[in-house]
Amino acid sequence: MSQSYNRGLIEDFGRWREFSAGMWAWIFHKFTGWVLVGYLFTHIAVLSTSIPASAGETVVYEGTQVDVYTGTIVALESLLVVRILEVGLLAVAVFHILNGLRLLFVDLGIGLESQDKSFYASLILTGAITVASVPTFIAGAF
Amino acid sequence: MAEHYSSFTKGGRLWLWQRITAAFLVVVLAFHFFLLHFVYHADEVTFALSQARMTTLTYYSLMILFLFTATFHGVNGVYNALVNQGLTGTKRQAVKWTLVAASTVLLVQGVRTANAWAGFTTFF
Repeated sequence: MSQSYNRGLIEDFGRWREFSAGMWAWIFHKFTGWVLVGYLFTHIAVLSTSIPASAGETVVYEGTQVDVYTGTIVALESLLVVRILEVGLLAVAVFHILNGLRLLFVDLGIGLESQDKSFYASLILTGAITVASVPTFIAGAF
Repeated sequence: MAEHYSSFTKGGRLWLWQRITAAFLVVVLAFHFFLLHFVYHADEVTFALSQARMTTLTYYSLMILFLFTATFHGVNGVYNALVNQGLTGTKRQAVKWTLVAASTVLLVQGVRTANAWAGFTTFF
């Protein structure tokens, strides 16, 4: 039989010192969700340079005439700060995916009893995947 | 019994769609990251490479479905987060329709972008 716990309002962020693992998971999921949806709009805006590029619009990048899409992406990717932000984006996406899987399983009634442990596992796995991806993400930026 | 505490309307289907799109996005978002950062690399991006992928009908359809599911999941998630924070009444309606408008713009622009690569005549 299910049991409900009254831990008070999670939206009352001032109580953060009293938060349990599940409440932190909820907050991290919201935060990473906001970042991802914000990025989605930015991503489409940047990729939209393919529209003028397909119509033949070009820019000069490092003395070479290239289409505006290639020029925009290559210029952005040459910036170290963009590469670092991309590592951050990966961390955010990996956590959202792993914690999302955890939520899907809990919704199906699987693993509710160990939901705190699966949250810690999501955090550790996110850290490991992010660290392991750093060399690939910054390759060619220097 | 636990009280009904949810941002979803009772009997509504949005809760289910948020989960269905989540299950799809878990796989496709991971694939997207893997393909565009580990198979291809960030500093190798060119219009021709993106075009080569997007002219494949399977890839184009997957990306269009990705755009629609991600937009729904993301914007519906934002709406739910705001409702959880206590958004009600006229403000809730205003936010809802602003989000619907923003989603529409994103979807139109996303499809136009995909079409530019695929070589389809833009129908917007």
